[in-house]
Amino acid sequence: MLPAEPVAGPVWSWNLLTDVQEMWSFPFMVNAFRAGAIVAVVSAVMGYFVVLRRQTFAAHTVSTVAFPGAAGAVLLGFSAVYGYFSLCVAAAVIIAAIGWRGGGGGSGGADESALTGTVQAFLLASGFLFIALYKGLLGGPQTILFGTFLGITTSQVNVLLGVGAVVLAALALIGRPLLFASVDPQVAAARGVPVRALSVIFLVLLGAATAEAGQITGTLLVFALMVIPAATAQTVTGRPGAGLTLAVLLALAATWLGLTTAYYWPYPLGFFVTSYSFAGYLLARSGRALHTRLGRTAAPLLNKEATA
Amino acid sequence: MLHPIAKAREAAGHTVPPPRPGAEPLATPAPDDVPVLALRGAAVRVAGRTLWSGVDLRIGAGKFVAVLGPNGVGKSTMVKVLLGALPAAEGEVRVLGARPGQANHRIGYLPQRRSFDASMRIRGVDVVRLGLDGDRWGVPLWPSGARRRAARQRVEEVIELVGASAYAHRPIGNCSGGEQQRLLIAQALVRRPQLLLLDEPSDSLDLPHQSAVTALISQICHQENVTVVMVAHDVNPILPHLDQVVYLAEGGAASGTPEEVITSSTLTRLYGTPVEVLRTSDGRLAVVGQPEAPARHTDRHTSAPCAGGGHAAG
Ligand SMILES: Nc1ncnc2c1ncn2[C@@H]1O[C@H](COP(=O)(O)OP(=O)(O)OP(=O)(O)O)[C@@H](O)[C@H]1O
Ligand SMILES: [Mg+2]
Repeated sequence: MLPAEPVAGPVWSWNLLTDVQEMWSFPFMVNAFRAGAIVAVVSAVMGYFVVLRRQTFAAHTVSTVAFPGAAGAVLLGFSAVYGYFSLCVAAAVIIAAIGWRGGGGGSGGADESALTGTVQAFLLASGFLFIALYKGLLGGPQTILFGTFLGITTSQVNVLLGVGAVVLAALALIGRPLLFASVDPQVAAARGVPVRALSVIFLVLLGAATAEAGQITGTLLVFALMVIPAATAQTVTGRPGAGLTLAVLLALAATWLGLTTAYYWPYPLGFFVTSYSFAGYLLARSGRALHTRLGRTAAPLLNKEATA
Repeated sequence: MLHPIAKAREAAGHTVPPPRPGAEPLATPAPDDVPVLALRGAAVRVAGRTLWSGVDLRIGAGKFVAVLGPNGVGKSTMVKVLLGALPAAEGEVRVLGARPGQANHRIGYLPQRRSFDASMRIRGVDVVRLGLDGDRWGVPLWPSGARRRAARQRVEEVIELVGASAYAHRPIGNCSGGEQQRLLIAQALVRRPQLLLLDEPSDSLDLPHQSAVTALISQICHQENVTVVMVAHDVNPILPHLDQVVYLAEGGAASGTPEEVITSSTLTRLYGTPVEVLRTSDGRLAVVGQPEAPARHTDRHTSAPCAGGGHAAG
């Protein structure tokens, strides 16, 4: 897409109903909204745990790895989807193995993060090489790095839905022990919660969720859906249930608003989604700062919330 | 994973009291005559080094025991052995009539020096609640209202017991160290454990709160017949509540009632430096000159060797 295309694009009319109807008359837009919804829900739920466990660096690495994965798959003649999933999950397993050997309970030590960073740099460079080798890639590296909503096929939506359902089901099954292990690993271990196994399972799920999100937001902007909504939610509330719900709603809102804006404005989708997410975060932060400033009324607010 | 109740029943079915006719009798026999803790000639090795050895211990229900010793001697390691996280290198260890690790659902555990930083945005009640059912798999899909209410009530009850109601609904990262510690004690208590393993619970508490928490633990111990094993740094503030003490030192250990163990000769032998035990006119004990390893924990109010000489009873 060229930034200043003078060709008559769709025009926002302020008549919401007809606007949406017009937008959804294109199957590719319907697919984009469907895929966006799936990815937003899965990313926000995973992101809640990522933020709680302070594994944003691991998440970042896994998402970066999607770039050489997608580029390599295209170079070898496969669909990029396979590249996303196989490399993200592989990276997650490797990070888990490093953490295991280092004895870290998940967040990892300096050694782990240095090694992860090293591997990450190399993989990014490989991805760049693959792109250079494969001349005919539509849109060049931008699409993989910063996302697109054009050309999402129905079968791609189905893959996203299937993988997303598996990830959410697995999270529902392990959710409570995972929360326990994330907040209080020592006591959880003493209670018989398999803290290490959970941390490996979590990373594998993270790989799958990241591969999903990367296909919409691009691999560099996965955090727009995975970290920002969850961080915003945790700024607002300390209740796990409310936090998860809020994160999902925020991610959904950012994705759909972003898609709508990108449909009418010829600028990248990733920018819009990230901007909406970021605006929400800023609002929440300043709201909280205001509350603390105004006679420390934050405690009553949280108490009220608790009885709600 | 077995349901906790089923597990408890199973454990109860298997508890065969270790036949030791010659063993010293318990001060008051436990209800089912099985000692809550039984160690015989226990030793532990970490990274090829023996930390302590020859620990004999037999503790019944409702007893308050202190594990004492200088930094790095292996007090926390002993708690880990009791939890089954680390095997004993020698000797025999039985916890609640089973092998260590088999009865952990009946143990409340408070690890040493845990604190949540300000970025931990989860409420105190949620942390306590995790202690109740955090190890269950799956989501409670619309659980029956009664069960849910009972769980919430239990959490509120135990939070009130430790006096943390005022800040339990704040994110735990925003609570002070002492407030966090109280919530964590509530977490350890919430499942009505039969054994409490507390690793320096009065760490990061000021003196009034320290004695309040110790009194609270002692009350729970004696009223609800819960055995308490408390790792402590300084014996004097807790001495009035103690039924037994275990002194760990490099290469040896001594255990028994405070009167038996806290004597000048025993402590001097254990530590290899002169330690004096004073008896005040009203019969209370005070340990003076107990060696302290170079303080790793700068935040601790450094108790001078003879500080707090008065507040101890025998
Ligand atoms: N995983 C490990 N590998 C090697 N050494 C260890 C390990 N864990 C503990 N140690 C060593 O075992 C010794 C006992 O540690 P422990 O934590 O039990 O001491 P402690 O008595 O609780 O001390 P403190 O009063 O400081 O809490 C220490 O010297 C420690 O360095
Ligand atoms: Mg210790």
